[in-house]
Parts: sequence; structure tokens; C-alpha cells
Amino acid sequence: MTAAVQAVSMLAVGVLGALVVLTRRPENQAMVFSMYGLALTVLFLVLQAPDVALSELVVGAVAYPVMIFLTLAKVRRREE
Amino acid sequence: MRPRLVLFLVGALGGILLLAWGLWGLPGFGHYRGPYGNQINARAAKERHSSSAVAPVVFDYRGFDTVGEELILFAAVMGVIVLLRAQREEHEEPARLRTEELSFRVSESSRVVALALIPPTVVLGLYVVVHGHLSPGGGFQGGVALAAAGVLLYLAGEYLSFQRVYPVALLDLGEAGGAGGFIVIGLVGLFTGAAYLSNVFPLGITGTLFSAGTIPVINVFVGVEVAVGIVFMVYEFVEQTLLVRRRSS
Repeated sequence: MTAAVQAVSMLAVGVLGALVVLTRRPENQAMVFSMYGLALTVLFLVLQAPDVALSELVVGAVAYPVMIFLTLAKVRRREE
Repeated sequence: MRPRLVLFLVGALGGILLLAWGLWGLPGFGHYRGPYGNQINARAAKERHSSSAVAPVVFDYRGFDTVGEELILFAAVMGVIVLLRAQREEHEEPARLRTEELSFRVSESSRVVALALIPPTVVLGLYVVVHGHLSPGGGFQGGVALAAAGVLLYLAGEYLSFQRVYPVALLDLGEAGGAGGFIVIGLVGLFTGAAYLSNVFPLGITGTLFSAGTIPVINVFVGVEVAVGIVFMVYEFVEQTLLVRRRSS
């Protein structure tokens, strides 16, 4: 059972990681990256590293995408 | 075949072989062979009265390392803020324009969801910060959760309350106080004759909120520093994206 959960979460990390690379538009990429962060969080939790999981959750799924969006908004504004 | 492709295939094959060779020598999945983790697991609770083994490593045994990490975050936040301040060729728009521009953008549903999420996020953040020595989490994780509550306020379209809740003077104070507090706690160790960042506070009873000596105190300082630092960064970004315009020459 544990092995199956571990395998599924590792597979999810692999698939979402590839999707992050394959997504071309930065806005979409930030959203996909957020999902990737969530998948990593689950993996860390499954591998019994709750401290790392918490950090990954707040940084990967929340803080990082917000920063990307704000940076994009700023860069776009300057280009206008 | 093009020479570039041949070169790539040879390189890729070599890379795969080296990777496979390297992975072959790893210990089996889930078999931990380092002695350090077992030592910490056996000693941390006894020596530092902390039921989480991670907190004493981060804030006590290896605390000096964490001071460095904290100062890296401090420097990064300060660098971003300095870069984002209004430049000479830019100007800020007057407050009247701000409200007009901001009021129509946020949909009613995202306003409600964002505002409803703020109280639980604040409670979760505070809980994670003060229970760092008892359960997973601590100042860093809880601090980012607290900062997320601030970002939610902005997502709810309450930009002006965002400014009211976080006046810049208070942000300055929190950022400096959080980073400085950690260093001062370390100095307390020096003044009692022990080493820098020695755990000199009373250790209390393992598993209670007021235990583990300096660890929860440092966690609170780190929580303030991280929460304020990230809110500060988002605040400056928002100022820049919404209010600062290039001067029309």
C-alpha cells in the first residue's frame, strides 16, 4: 500500500515536472508550477518529511507563483 | 545524419551510462545509512526538551547556519525593495486614481473566498510558528503562511486596507526586529559565558508550549522576519505594478 502511494506521488512529480518544462506561456507555467509544488508536497509527506512538505507547500504552491505573476504584471506594464 | 545529432546521441548515451552507474551504488530506497540522524533522534528530546527533532538541529545545534540563512532572506528582501522603489523617471499616481482603478477588477466570488480564507490562514500561521519545537513547522513555514494571509487581502481587492494593515514603518520595524532578534538571542548565550546561540533559556517540560529554551523564541523572531519580509516584497511589487507609471516626457 505504502509503496503504491509512493510510486503514484513520484509519478505525479515526474509528469508535472515535465509539464512545467513543456508549458510555454509564463502565466500558464506559473499555474502548472503551482500544481508541481503541490505534487512535491504530497511526495515529501508520503516520504515522512512533514517539515519539508510544509515549506514546499507555502513556497512552491503559493509564494513563488504570486511572485511570478507580479513580475509579469510589472514587466508587461513597462512594455506598454 | 547531421553531425550535431550524432554528437548529441553520443553525449546522451554517455550521460545515461554515467547516471546509471552512479545510481547503482546508492543505498536501497528507504535504507538510511548515515549515523547523524539516529544520533539526533536519540538525543534531541533528552538534551533540548523538544519533541520535534528538526527544530533543535535548525535553531540550536546548527543555529549559526540558520542565522546565515535568515540574513540571506533579509538581504534578498532588501535588494528587491530597493530595486522596486520608484525610479527617477517614474512617478506615483494620486490616491484618487488608485481606488477607481482597483475597485472594478475583482469579482464578488473571489473577494468572498479570499476574505473568508484570511482568518483561518492567520490562525494556522500563528499555530505553526509557536509549535515549531513540538510538531513539524516553525518560524519559516508559519511565517510564509502568515504572509499568504496578507497576499489574500490583496487578492480580495482590498488594496487600500492592505496599505492600512501594513504601514511601511511597521513593515520596516518587523523586518529589522525579526532579523535582529535572532542575532540578539544568540548574543545572550555569549553574555552568560557560553558559546554564541547556546540554548541558555530554561528548557521546561518536553511537549509543552513553553519548553525547549531558546528554540520557540527564535521561531517567533524568524516567523516575524519571514512574514514581514514576504508581505513587504509583495507590497512593493503591487505598488510598482499598480501605481508607478513611467513619466510621460
